[in-house]
Amino acid sequence: MIGAAWNLLLGGAWVVLTGHFSGLNLLAGLVFGYLVLALIQPQVPALAGYAQRLPRLVGFIGFFVKELVMANLKVAFDIVTPPWYMKPGVIAMPLQARSEFEIAFVANLISLTPGTLSLDVSDDRRVLYIHAMFLDEEEELRRDLAELERRALMLFR
Amino acid sequence: MTDIVGEGLVLVGALFMLLAALGVVRLPDLLTRMHATTKAATLGVTLIMLAVAIHFAQAAVVARAFGVILFILMTAPVAAHVIGRAGYFVGSRLWEGTVKDELKPHYDPLTHELKSGREGERRPGESDVP
Repeated sequence: MIGAAWNLLLGGAWVVLTGHFSGLNLLAGLVFGYLVLALIQPQVPALAGYAQRLPRLVGFIGFFVKELVMANLKVAFDIVTPPWYMKPGVIAMPLQARSEFEIAFVANLISLTPGTLSLDVSDDRRVLYIHAMFLDEEEELRRDLAELERRALMLFR
Repeated sequence: MTDIVGEGLVLVGALFMLLAALGVVRLPDLLTRMHATTKAATLGVTLIMLAVAIHFAQAAVVARAFGVILFILMTAPVAAHVIGRAGYFVGSRLWEGTVKDELKPHYDPLTHELKSGREGERRPGESDVP
């Protein structure tokens, strides 16, 4: 959070100092600010890990879009063809996420990926109950969900 | 070139929305229907809004298009979760092809208590003393 605030500040300073108030110039300022922060990062403890987070975020968005499209096609195929290939069911997924925000974020991501819909969190917050459409490869699905959660939590930790 | 890309995006987006509507009619129970409406519709709206952004290519329109995408991505799963959860606990019947239900044995309809089934286990990194 501190890193993001500094980046915004540096971007704003760049726009003011160059005197061109346009979106493109602000973008350039943000890029330069990011590079500067990446350079001084080893010397400032408060910035630790800031520069590594952006490539992770980009990688995560790419990974998520790929999952979204692939799974959507699978569901679409099952809808348009007459026989049902799906094997729906409710499974319990152990949660690594602890805080309210993390659990909400992970549950939302799981709801967004087609084929899975988060139903409820157990009262002690250890398990997320998920309705899945394709349970024919249950182990693989569980592994995919754990991978999604691991990647999502890396953005905050 | 941008025209063709934009038109293609609108077409694919509309196709996904059509599939979502078809899914609502065809799928057998509430939870599988929630799958179809939220995901396919989210993807459809996203693609159409991308087409809008490409077609107009003005900062104001692009910003609004991305705002629409962001809010759809934030609200659609919450709505699906709430409707699906309410439907499940009210007692809407699952499709007969449902292979397993790990929630049912852990839920107490009288007290509305939902157990995790892992009460005895210790989480990694958790100490003995709370």
